[in-house]
Amino acid sequence: MNYNERFENVTVLGAAGKMGSGILLLTAMEMYDISMKPENRDKHYILYALDISQKALSGLMTYIQDQLVKQAERKINALRENYKDRKDLAYNSEIIAQYVKDVMAMIRPVTTTESAYESHIIFEAASENPDLKTKIFAQINANSKCEPWFFTNTSSIPISYLNEKANLNGRIIGVHFYNPPAVQKLVEVIKCDQTPDIMGEFVSTYIKNLRKIEVPSYDKAGFIGNGHFMRDALYGMMRMEKLRKDMSFAEAVYIVNKVSQDFLIRPMGIFQLIDYVGIDVCQFIMKVMKPYVTDEDIHSPLLDTMMEIGVKGGQNHDGSQKDGFLKYEKGRIVAIWDLDKKEYVKIEDISEKCDKLIGALPQEHQPWKVVVKHPDKNEVLTKYFSALKRESGMGAKLAVEYHTKSKQIGEKLVSDKVAFTADDVNTVLMTGFFHAYGPINDFI
Amino acid sequence: MQLRKKIYMVAGYNTISMGSGRKEFNPRKARPGLEEYMIEAGQAALKQIGGAKNVDECVVGNFMAARYNNQGNLAAFFPMIDEGLKYKPATKTEGACASGSLALATGIKTILAETADVVLVIGVEVQNTMKAVYGADVLAGAGWAKERKDGHAHFFPGKFSDRAGKYYEKFGYDYTRQAMATWYKNAIENARLCPTAQEFHNTTADLMSVGMTKPNGRTFVDNLNVFDCSKVSDGASAIVIVSEEGLKKCGLTPKDAVEVIGIGQAINDLTKNPDDYTKLDATAEAVKKALAMAKITKDDLATIELHDCFSMAGILAIEAIGLAPHGKGAQFVIDGHTARNGKMPINTTGGLVGWGHPTGATGVHQAVTIWEQLTGKAGDAQINIPANKPYGLTINMGGDDKTLVSIVYKKN
Repeated sequence: MNYNERFENVTVLGAAGKMGSGILLLTAMEMYDISMKPENRDKHYILYALDISQKALSGLMTYIQDQLVKQAERKINALRENYKDRKDLAYNSEIIAQYVKDVMAMIRPVTTTESAYESHIIFEAASENPDLKTKIFAQINANSKCEPWFFTNTSSIPISYLNEKANLNGRIIGVHFYNPPAVQKLVEVIKCDQTPDIMGEFVSTYIKNLRKIEVPSYDKAGFIGNGHFMRDALYGMMRMEKLRKDMSFAEAVYIVNKVSQDFLIRPMGIFQLIDYVGIDVCQFIMKVMKPYVTDEDIHSPLLDTMMEIGVKGGQNHDGSQKDGFLKYEKGRIVAIWDLDKKEYVKIEDISEKCDKLIGALPQEHQPWKVVVKHPDKNEVLTKYFSALKRESGMGAKLAVEYHTKSKQIGEKLVSDKVAFTADDVNTVLMTGFFHAYGPINDFI
Repeated sequence: MQLRKKIYMVAGYNTISMGSGRKEFNPRKARPGLEEYMIEAGQAALKQIGGAKNVDECVVGNFMAARYNNQGNLAAFFPMIDEGLKYKPATKTEGACASGSLALATGIKTILAETADVVLVIGVEVQNTMKAVYGADVLAGAGWAKERKDGHAHFFPGKFSDRAGKYYEKFGYDYTRQAMATWYKNAIENARLCPTAQEFHNTTADLMSVGMTKPNGRTFVDNLNVFDCSKVSDGASAIVIVSEEGLKKCGLTPKDAVEVIGIGQAINDLTKNPDDYTKLDATAEAVKKALAMAKITKDDLATIELHDCFSMAGILAIEAIGLAPHGKGAQFVIDGHTARNGKMPINTTGGLVGWGHPTGATGVHQAVTIWEQLTGKAGDAQINIPANKPYGLTINMGGDDKTLVSIVYKKN
């Protein structure tokens, strides 16, 4: 079965979720491109969007349509070429509408797992729960009319574990997209020992066709992305706890968040990133990773506490941020949770005091959005970090230590054989987390 | 043909050319529409001529409000600008991107016909109501509708990309690209001197290297980059055309005015491709007629506002005017002759690439710019008008060298 044939029948599990909807969109677009090849015009392509919630599926179909319009607008030149023989389609608006119709015609929203029994590819983007994932895999595998390939979007569970538990004989591979899949360039690919090479090659073609960047990771819990992020988050929370001895909870969160954003020239501070991913998701990923990591304690009592009181972060369906450690209004941070007071404290009530403690940024500082696009990025960063080292303020000191820790985490991912190379670690942080620079560097 | 009466233009006004590039532009927020732009430009002109009571007739130039704004019957908007315009005669003109100059031509002819002494002319277009990919469908209406299917997704950039491709073939890519980048640089530098220009806020340091960007046919068109193109713009311009009696009636003197001494119109067959893609022959014809009527030559001109919907169109227009021989228009630009301090300052507030291109307003905007330059009202963008060269020229083009209007103006 070649690449094109395998795409004739595909199921996305958890299709209405944040990751699933993106994977569904990308896969639908790839299947459309395959279906438009002259040799495939007489074939039939089916993409099952499988989810447990009918309501969510309705929302999903609207989302996919809207996204397809946007994608079609961007690739109008190619689409005009696709429809060049259709005399009835002359205007861009007509061509875009036809594209959306043609792609939507492949998608079947369903709530029953039986549909997946016909599929050659099962894309799984269910919630990050090992038992749930293995249960569905085993059920589909046992009932399938073909021997399907399982592509899992797990961000933390070892593929070998899923393979063994669901009894898949190696027909599984980790294809870990980043959120949101339609936008983020990075895909981490994880094979287990039994995964056949042909699956890896297939996935590489798929990722290349999506114009995304593939980074391989060893089959170690958390892989590269969460391997770095979870440890980085634990370090940030540890530093926050230290500060908290001399100040309020909210003030300590404010300082660590600000330093990890502004002083480290990152797109978000560490607490904002935890909120973005979701406190619940972070807690879950740590829980999955913990048994596999013996020389470190991958666990945060603070996240447990936050979950107990019901402050969870994460995102609403429209992509807006839910409140977590921080409170947001129109995407802007307006307040910070105070664990002692059990309420949000307004930024303006603490910022003056905290900013004084943090101290000023070195003159050489440039904001993340400038640095990330800067043609001489390395030079800018080298200058900045050497200036940062000379600063004596509390913020600068904390930033230097944070930076050093982040580098250690990256290097350990290589020495622990989670990442194949230092470059892979850097690529993951730059493309999956939008960092302006990789953690393994010589800036300090 | 000669003009049988003295014709003047006075009381020019340009709104901001709104669109991407302007700091205040946000595609997600509500913006002014046709009404607001017409009111702003119209009232500003009326204020300079003693009010609506002095107006005998109105003309509005507009290309595609029917599709951009679902609005037809624009002539009946005039009383909204000022109640005093109620029951006056008014006309709307359309000739694609030359709609504004057709409005001017209509005003001029009304004065010549002696059916009016004071004609208020407004050009208006509001294009940011849809994304550029759909706007391309609308603008394709300036070409032959039956050509749309075989045309490019970006229909008009496609047309001028074809012309640029032929020019590259004949005269060399590097040479032509250098001229196109220089065109872009001049356009932006001039726009930075004019607060209403769409590129007024442009801060790009190295304009030449941006202009040199290699075209990418996969994402846009084969032979043009986006900097070769005018932008999607909203805006209006107004000017008042008057006879000698009209000038007096408005309480103005010839010093406040420019005199129109020549006009040339020419059309080409909309259903036919150019005989030679490296020439704008209808443009050449319109300019020839205008200069002949004015009894001057190109060498008498102090400045030109020409229709650079694309940098390539600018270079081809230079050759059509006769400022440089065929194939040497690019060299003329590279040598700096079109810059504001060059021997023929062209598009002194940025032209279509730099100031903006609210399609139906552009012809009127060009007239206002020449009026400002020849009456010393151009502010920071003012150029020197030599005493022995008291003339300005406009060239306004509808479609791909299809509907042309060229006007010669004289300083008083």
